[in-house]
Amino acid sequence: MSHPSRRRTPFLLSALVALSTTSLVACGNDTTNRNAANCLAAPTSAGIDPVAAANKDVRGTEITLVTHDSFAVSKGLLDAFTKETGITVTVLQSGDAGQLVSQAVLTAGKPVGDVLFGIDNTLLCRGLLADVFTPYASPALADVPDALELDTHHRVTPVDVGDVCLNYAKAAFVRSAPPMSLDDLTTPAFKGTFVTENPETSSPGLAFLLATVAKYGENGFEGYWKKLRANGLEVTSGWEQAYNESFGGGKGPRTVVTSYATSPAADLMFADPPLTEPTIGVVEDTCFRQIEFAGVLAGTKHPEAAARLIDFLLSKTFQEDIPANMFVFPANDKAALPKEFTSSVKLVAKPLTLDPVQIEAKRDDWTSRWTNVVLR
Amino acid sequence: MDERRPALNPRASLRGWRLFVATALPVAFLALFFAYPVASVIARGLDGRGRVHPADVLGQATTWHVVWFTLWQAVVSTLLTLAVGLPAAWAVARNEFRGRSWVRTLVVVPFVMPTVVVGAALRSAFARFGLDHGTLHLDRTVWAILLAHVIFNVAVVVRIVGGYWETLDPRLVEAARTLGASRRQVWRAVTFPHLKPALWSAATVVFLFCFTSFGVILVVGGPTRATLETEIWRFATQRTDFTTAAVLAIVQLVFVVVMVIVSTRAERRTAASIGIARLAPAPRPRTRAAKARVAVVVALTLTFLLLPLAVLVERSLSVGNGYGLEHYRALMHRDDQSALLVPPIEAVKNSLVAAIEATTIAVIVGTSASFVVVGGRRALGRVLDASLMVPLGTSAVTLGFGILIALDEPPLDLRTSHLIVPIAQAIVGVPFVMRVTVPMLRQIDERLREVAATLGASPSRVRREIDLPIVGRALAAAAGFAFAVSLGEFGATAFLARPDRPTVPVAMYRLLGQPGSSLRGQAMALGVVLTAITVVCVAVIERAQRGRRVGW
Repeated sequence: MSHPSRRRTPFLLSALVALSTTSLVACGNDTTNRNAANCLAAPTSAGIDPVAAANKDVRGTEITLVTHDSFAVSKGLLDAFTKETGITVTVLQSGDAGQLVSQAVLTAGKPVGDVLFGIDNTLLCRGLLADVFTPYASPALADVPDALELDTHHRVTPVDVGDVCLNYAKAAFVRSAPPMSLDDLTTPAFKGTFVTENPETSSPGLAFLLATVAKYGENGFEGYWKKLRANGLEVTSGWEQAYNESFGGGKGPRTVVTSYATSPAADLMFADPPLTEPTIGVVEDTCFRQIEFAGVLAGTKHPEAAARLIDFLLSKTFQEDIPANMFVFPANDKAALPKEFTSSVKLVAKPLTLDPVQIEAKRDDWTSRWTNVVLR
Repeated sequence: MDERRPALNPRASLRGWRLFVATALPVAFLALFFAYPVASVIARGLDGRGRVHPADVLGQATTWHVVWFTLWQAVVSTLLTLAVGLPAAWAVARNEFRGRSWVRTLVVVPFVMPTVVVGAALRSAFARFGLDHGTLHLDRTVWAILLAHVIFNVAVVVRIVGGYWETLDPRLVEAARTLGASRRQVWRAVTFPHLKPALWSAATVVFLFCFTSFGVILVVGGPTRATLETEIWRFATQRTDFTTAAVLAIVQLVFVVVMVIVSTRAERRTAASIGIARLAPAPRPRTRAAKARVAVVVALTLTFLLLPLAVLVERSLSVGNGYGLEHYRALMHRDDQSALLVPPIEAVKNSLVAAIEATTIAVIVGTSASFVVVGGRRALGRVLDASLMVPLGTSAVTLGFGILIALDEPPLDLRTSHLIVPIAQAIVGVPFVMRVTVPMLRQIDERLREVAATLGASPSRVRREIDLPIVGRALAAAAGFAFAVSLGEFGATAFLARPDRPTVPVAMYRLLGQPGSSLRGQAMALGVVLTAITVVCVAVIERAQRGRRVGW
């Protein structure tokens, strides 16, 4: 007969014992070798041989692509991959990019799937430091600009590029000038117009904080945010409340919002009633560059098939499908853009950027300081 | 307890292999899908690999600020919910009127509404009444959080307390009145003591929901508010700091365990043993004043609860510059450029399938546990009673991430199985089933059982013919509730990696996650469809028990 009372006690007890013992252990065993600075250093694992991957018979293999909730492809796109290679792909989606990477770190070595798509440059080092990926240099990288390959050891492969930028409602700036720079938002003309997201809970919010760090430096960004706060800044927890509620998709009480460089294209595509011109404008000098990567998860039982999926993610078929579904730009130079993109949006020439190593080392410190300046 | 007449003693009425099965089922369920995963993820957080020291987390003032806020907002939300919910519970439990069962069904509507929608509805209501600025402003205040909690949780009070209230024999109240007791005296001497166990039950559930509030805090409260739940989420998913998350999860568990022990004990102590259980038809309000009272209570409650739904409907119908059904039509086919991999309407099917599975699991596990709690050995019952409530107060991230690292080996590699979604939902559904059935079973008139036994009925026949019919009706209410909970997708499911079967709340979030007004409209339309389906399903589940009346 089972005794839940006996089972329960060890569970609660073990939690408490674990707490006390690990606090003792942790004193003498702080893991400093996992320093952010080492994140782009050469990995120990040799990785997947591209020639072997290309030649192996992978027909009939079933693999799993782990990704975030924003992942979207056209109908039947993955069937094209199955037809070409004989590999069946199951898509597992879980939460936002932060949650996706945390889950990958938690299950490092015993992954839930075979390939992960959706880790970006702001989270890259977190994944690399936890040995989440196994290296694979895809031959398809030939069509991808070198500048996007942040990890030269090919643990991750760049798949798409996007910018987080300030957006403004064009209708609100017919008689007055729209914002042109970050500094503009601190002037009286833009008092009470700006809504952004909390960088502790939102990925565009974090990207925008990083933009201000890139622009004003590690010691100057707090001063900028103080001025924003004094100028009537509104902060929401997530993009949805900022863009759809406060900004009202361009019709709300707030007229400037932190969103994406491609918002005008989405505005055109999903306009109701249909539009000929986007109603949303982008402030080009405020853009922070986000590069999204995919990688083969270390511990996969199907490394060759996983490698073939990475090749496919860089193929023209997949790359040309990206913009209209995920509203970011393909990493592959040769991929053509849909007309809503060519007419209304572009990747800015000089985005704001920060080194992923620096982001990993400092982001918790920056977001904490941001919280002190903006929310306290 | 009376040892000479074991057959008549409810505490001994369950024995042998039946007791073993009834005990083993909930214990195994809890151990495998809750205790083991949670212990694993906490152990992983404290294994010394983290960037911070566990003791430092407890030493920080901000940690205790969060604990304090979490605690007091949950207590105040619970009291407010009881205050708003009791009149409504009285109206539907003690009065027969047309549409009564619909009222009972409609109160669950806010339960399945995504927080984003309720949050948006509140904000637009504040703006409409000028409460979004000035001295009286409510937007982004703690009042807004409390208000949202009341809206979400009134259903718990109406259902648990109302269901129990129905079993109070109206003749008892009538007798007291005839003997000259005032309304207040009747309440104090008869009704309130009788309701106490149900009040404790409802209060526990509401408290645990508010204690682990997540979406309401982030969406309605804004970025300056944090509870243990939002902090665990932030540290685990946004900062990948499993150490801090684990320490906070332990703090959360400690509070929840204490709360659950206190409340289950109080519920047990206050259990009515005076034998008044009876399902009798409620009287129709006769006087004009009585009718007015019921009408006002019902009208106010429904207005209050259905306001978010009104906003949802309005937005789902808003097309271009007018109104129309375009968004509903769009649900039927997968737009080639949309955030979903399937047509939105598929999500409805996914939600329904998962909810049916989850409800089945919750009812089976919850009912067997209830019989053990009431009819098994005393210590065993108490531990089981309290233990099964704990998951309701455990952070969804802790459980979701726990399942991810604990259930990763065959034969239990359930991480990517589609069954994991209904299982995770059932963990939250079980406490509902139990909170309804346990107080019911406890107060079944002992004389009923005795009479049956005297007439030669075996203990199992007593259970079949006395206990089950009485519980059956409550169980239907509990099942309806568990079903609504699964549809609204509370719990850990958001933190599991899920196969490509988005449920409605997931689909709504995805549609809302992209710019474009038509996608927003589709999300709202999907929300309306979900609400309609919930109401119909809950109504059907409950009507299934109609006509079965038990009593003398």
